[in-house]
Amino acid sequence: MSINENVVVNANVWEPKIVAFLCNWCSYAGADLAGVSRLKYPANIRIVRVPCSSRVNPQFILRALQRGADGVLVAGCHPGDCHYVTGNYFTRRRLTLFKSLLEFVGFEPERLKVRWVSAAEAGRFAETVKEMVEEIKLLGPNRRLQDSML
Amino acid sequence: MRIGYYPGCSLQSSAREYDLAARLVARHLGVQLVDIPDWNCCGASAAHSTDPFLAVALPARNLVLASEMGLDITVPCAACYHRLRMAQRELAHDRDLGRKVAEVLGRPYRGTVRIYSLLETITGIGLEQLAAQIVRPLKGLRVACYYGCLLVRPPGIGCDDPENPESMDRLIETTKAETVSWGYKNECCGGALVFGAREAAFRLARDILRNATGAGAHAIVCACPLCQSNLDLRQGQVNKMFGTNFAVPIFYFPQLLGLAMGLNPRDLGLTTHFVDPQRALKVVGG
Amino acid sequence: MPRIGVFVCWCGSNIGGVLDCPELARVAGSFPGVVFSTDYKYVCSDPGQNLIVESIRKHGLDRVVVASCSPRLHEETFRQALRRAGLNPYFLEMANLREHCSWVHPDAQEAAQRKAIDLVRRAVAKAALLEPLSPGRIPVIKRCLVIGGGIAGIQAALDVADAGLEVLLVEREPTIGGNMVKLDKTFPTLDCSACISTPKMVAVAQHPGIKLYTYAEVEEVSGYIGNFKVRIRQKARYVDHSKCTGCGTCWTKCPTSVPDEFNMGLGERAAIYIPFPQAVPNKPVIDAAHCRQLIKGKCGICAKHCPAEAIDYKQRDEVFEVEVGAIVVATGFGLFQWEKVYGEYGYGRYPDVITGLAFERLVNAAGPTGGKIQRPSDGKEPKTVVFIQCVGSRDEAKGKEYCSRVCCMYTAKHAHQVLEKIPGAQVYVFYIDVRTFGKGYEEFYRRVQDEGAVYIRGRVSKVYQDGTKLIVRGADTLLGEPVEIAADMVVLATGVVPSAGAQDVARMIGVSVDKDGFFQEAHPKLRPVETHTGGIFLAGACQGPKDIPDTVSQASGAGGKVCALLLKDELETSPMVARVNEALCTGCLACREVCPYRAIQAVTITERLPGQPPRERVVARVTEGLCQGCGSCTVACRAGAVDLKGFTNEQLLAEVDALCL
Repeated sequence: MSINENVVVNANVWEPKIVAFLCNWCSYAGADLAGVSRLKYPANIRIVRVPCSSRVNPQFILRALQRGADGVLVAGCHPGDCHYVTGNYFTRRRLTLFKSLLEFVGFEPERLKVRWVSAAEAGRFAETVKEMVEEIKLLGPNRRLQDSML
Repeated sequence: MRIGYYPGCSLQSSAREYDLAARLVARHLGVQLVDIPDWNCCGASAAHSTDPFLAVALPARNLVLASEMGLDITVPCAACYHRLRMAQRELAHDRDLGRKVAEVLGRPYRGTVRIYSLLETITGIGLEQLAAQIVRPLKGLRVACYYGCLLVRPPGIGCDDPENPESMDRLIETTKAETVSWGYKNECCGGALVFGAREAAFRLARDILRNATGAGAHAIVCACPLCQSNLDLRQGQVNKMFGTNFAVPIFYFPQLLGLAMGLNPRDLGLTTHFVDPQRALKVVGG
Repeated sequence: MPRIGVFVCWCGSNIGGVLDCPELARVAGSFPGVVFSTDYKYVCSDPGQNLIVESIRKHGLDRVVVASCSPRLHEETFRQALRRAGLNPYFLEMANLREHCSWVHPDAQEAAQRKAIDLVRRAVAKAALLEPLSPGRIPVIKRCLVIGGGIAGIQAALDVADAGLEVLLVEREPTIGGNMVKLDKTFPTLDCSACISTPKMVAVAQHPGIKLYTYAEVEEVSGYIGNFKVRIRQKARYVDHSKCTGCGTCWTKCPTSVPDEFNMGLGERAAIYIPFPQAVPNKPVIDAAHCRQLIKGKCGICAKHCPAEAIDYKQRDEVFEVEVGAIVVATGFGLFQWEKVYGEYGYGRYPDVITGLAFERLVNAAGPTGGKIQRPSDGKEPKTVVFIQCVGSRDEAKGKEYCSRVCCMYTAKHAHQVLEKIPGAQVYVFYIDVRTFGKGYEEFYRRVQDEGAVYIRGRVSKVYQDGTKLIVRGADTLLGEPVEIAADMVVLATGVVPSAGAQDVARMIGVSVDKDGFFQEAHPKLRPVETHTGGIFLAGACQGPKDIPDTVSQASGAGGKVCALLLKDELETSPMVARVNEALCTGCLACREVCPYRAIQAVTITERLPGQPPRERVVARVTEGLCQGCGSCTVACRAGAVDLKGFTNEQLLAEVDALCL
C-alpha cells in the first residue's frame, strides 16, 4: 500500500493515459453497465468504440503508443460469444503475436492488455481499468516511441 | 515373442496352478516369459489400503526393474495387473510423486513399460492362430467366463469393456467349449471380504455360482487367483451356509486352453482343485 | 472544411452534477471544424432535439456531435433528428459523457472534466471525417424454405402459407409428421398424438401455398437474406407419384421384409412401403437398399401387380434449384445412442430393454402390437416394468450434460399407461430429479404417483437377464439402500440429441451449432428463433430439447419472423459494411478467409490503365447483403484495400490522435 501511495505522490503531475478499444456488443456495453451500476474506476481511460475487437488494427495500437498513450486496452466478447461468431478468435491470435512484437521492440507487456469483458461484466471492466492504471503507474510514462515522433 | 513376466505372490502359493498353466501354455505358444528378477509385492490389498505412497512405490519398483530389462510385462493376476496399471497412471499424472518414488528407489522411473494382462497377451497371439493349436476340442463343455472386478475396471485401466467384457469368451470359444451369456461376469467375488464379513462374501460367491449354473454353465473360467480361491476353496462352505449343493469347478483360463491344446492335465495343475473338475470334464465329447 | 455543431447534454444532474457542461461547450467551440457549440439540460427531449434541428438550419451545420449518454441508448434518436433537419443521419457522432465519465468518476471532478474534454475532442475528430451513408436496398424473394417436416416444420409452413406466402417444405423421410406422429398420447392431457398431428399433415398437403417435397434433401444453400439459392435433391422413389393411387397392392405383394424404422424396429415392413397408414403423401417409395429388383435385378413383383403402372425402377434422383427469401430450419431431434455406451443396461443385448420411443410404438393402437403392451422377446404382457430416467442426459461421464426436458413427463405418462392397461402391474421409476416445468405437469406427476407408480431416487447400476426376468439393481439414495427389482421390461428414458445430419445442415447453411450440436440461436433470451445469419430462423428441437407446446410456439414465432421479413418488398441493409478499394486490392483474398458470413467473393475485373492493354485480374468484392460489419477483414488486408464504412481506418486513427493529444 505504502508503495502505491508513494507512486501516487510522486506522479502527482503525471497521470497515465490509457486508450481502450471496446467492441460495441460486449465490452462497450459492459463499460456502459459499469456506469449504470455507478461503479467507480480511475478516470485515466479513454474509450474508442469499434464494432468488434477484430476491427482493431495493430496499427491503431501502435499509433496510440506513438502519440503518447501510456497503455492500450483492447476488449471484446468472450471467446465463443462473439457477436460476429468468430471475430474475437482473430483478435486473440493477432494481438498475441503483436504483443510479442511490442515486447521485442522493448515495450513492457503491461502496456497492452487484451481482455474479454461481456456486457454483463461491469465489475470485471472496472477492475481491469483499476489494475491497468496501477500497473502503468508503476511503470511510469511511456517514452519508448516519443523520440521517433520528434 | 519375449515378454517380462510378473507372477505376483499368489501364483507362488495359493494359485500355483495358474502359474504352472500360464508358463506351460505360453511355452507351447512360443511366448517366452522372462521373470522380472528380484520382483516384489505389487502393493495390492495390504499396502494400498494402508499407505498410498507405498501403493505406488512398490509397483513402481517392479516397473523400473522391467524397464531395465528392456521388456514390456504381462501379469496373470488381476489384482497385480490393476495395481501396476493404477500406479503407472498416478505416476504419469503426478510429477512430484515420480520424483519421490525415484528418490526412495534410488533409480529413475521412466514409465515406458507397457503392462498387459496375461489374458491380453494370450488373446493378442490371434484367435485363429490359437484355434490352430487346439487338438482336444472341449466340445460339449459349457463355461461361464468370469472376469471379476479388477481385471476390467476402472474404464481406461481395465483390459476389456468394464460392463460387458468378452475377450475371455472369444478366447475360450477357440477350444470349441461353449460360453454362456450370464449376468455376473464382472461382479465382485467377495474375496476381499472373507475375513471381515464372511457371510456377505459367501453370499456374493453364492450368487455368482447360482447365476452361472442357472445360465447352464458346467464350469467357471477366471483370470484371478482371488476369484478362483473364493469360488473354489470356499464352495463347500458356501454350500454349508446356504444349503446349496454346487459342484462347479473353477478353472484358470490357461488351464482350459492347455487342456484343449493336448497338454498334460497334471502339469496344468488340474489335480489340485478343491472342486474336482473331472466330473465336469466328462461331458467333453470323446 | 466541415461545419460541426456540438451539443453538450446535462442529463439533468447526471452529467451536469459532475461536469461543467457550459465550460465543456466553450472548449468544444475551439476544436477544429466546430462552428457552433452549446449545452442543454436534456438534449434527447423534444425541445432538445428541436434545438439540434434548428441549429443545423441556422448555422448551416453538416456534422453533429452530441455529448451525452451512450450511443447504444440514443444514437438512433439523434439520427432521426438529423434526418428531420434534412441531414444524412450518419453525420452524427456521440461522446459518451454519462456512462463512461460522470457516472463512474463522481468523486474526481477535475480528472473527469479533463477526460470529458478528450471524449468530446475524439467525437469532433471523428465527426470531421464522417461520410454520408445510405442503407443498401435488396429485393426480397417472397418464398420460404422450411427444412424438416416434423411438427415444427409443419406449423411454421402453415403459418407462413396462411399469410399468403409461398412455402417449400422439404422432408428427407418418405412422409412428413416427424417424431410427434410416432407418439401415442401427449402429456399431460393424454390426447392422442396422431389425432392432433395428422390433420395438420393433411392441411400441409392440401394447402395451395405449400409445395411439399418428401424424400428430398437440401444439398446446398448460397446467397443471403431475402435472396437465397437452394439446391434440392429429390431422391428416387421408384414410384411415379403422379400415377400412383396409393392402393396398397404393392406392399402387400412385396416378398421382402425388413425391420420397420417407424416402429423403432419392433415390427417389419416391405421394401416398397409407406411408413404408416396416415402417411402424407400416402404413396409408397421403394427402399433401394433392400429391394430385390434394384439390388439383384430379379423380382419385379410390385411392378407386375401395380394396377396404375406407377412402378419405375429406372427412376433417378432429381436435382433442382429454387430461390427463397427466408429459411426455417426445423430438423428436429434424434435419440441418444444408448446402446453404444450404457453397458450397465446391456448395450442393447436384452430385447426387453427398450427406449421410451419404442414404448410409444408398443402402446400405440396403430403400432406393431395394436396397442397391447407386450415384451419384444416373447410377446408376454409385462407385470413389472422399470423405467430408468436420464439415460444419456445429465450424465457427464457417458452422455450429455444437459437435461432433455421431456423425459420426466413422458416417463410419467408411460407409467400411467402401464398402470392403466395392465391390471395389477407394478411400476418403478428410477430418477435423479423429477422436473415438471409446464402447465399441468406437476399435477400429472402427482396423479401418476397416486395411481401407484413407485418413484425411487437413484441410479441403476446394472441390468441383467436372469431367465425370463431382467434383474435391475440400483440404489435408493433417499433410503440409502441398494434396491433389486426383478422386472419383465425395462424402459429407458433416452435423452434427446440433434437429429442425425443436423451438423451437415448447419455447415451447409452457415449457421453455428452449440457444443452439443444443437443450432445456435442469436440470443438465448431475446432472439431465440433467429440465427446469426439474417433470414435463417429456427423452430423446434433442432435448437434444443423441447416438448410439443414449446416446439409449436417457437415454430409459430419463426413463421411470424419469416412473414415480417417476406412481406416487405425490399430490405434495408446496414450501411456500415466493408468496402474494397479495387485499385489497391491484390486479390490475395485473406479477407475472405476471416469473414464469418461468407460475404466476400472473388471477382474478375478488367483493368484499363492508360497506355497498356486491358488486363483481367481477381479482386475481392463484398456482398453487402451478407456483410454484418465486423471489420475483421479490414485488419486481415495486407494492402489496406478493405475499409469499414462508419469505422474507417482514417476515422479511428483520428480518434486515437485526438485522445492522445
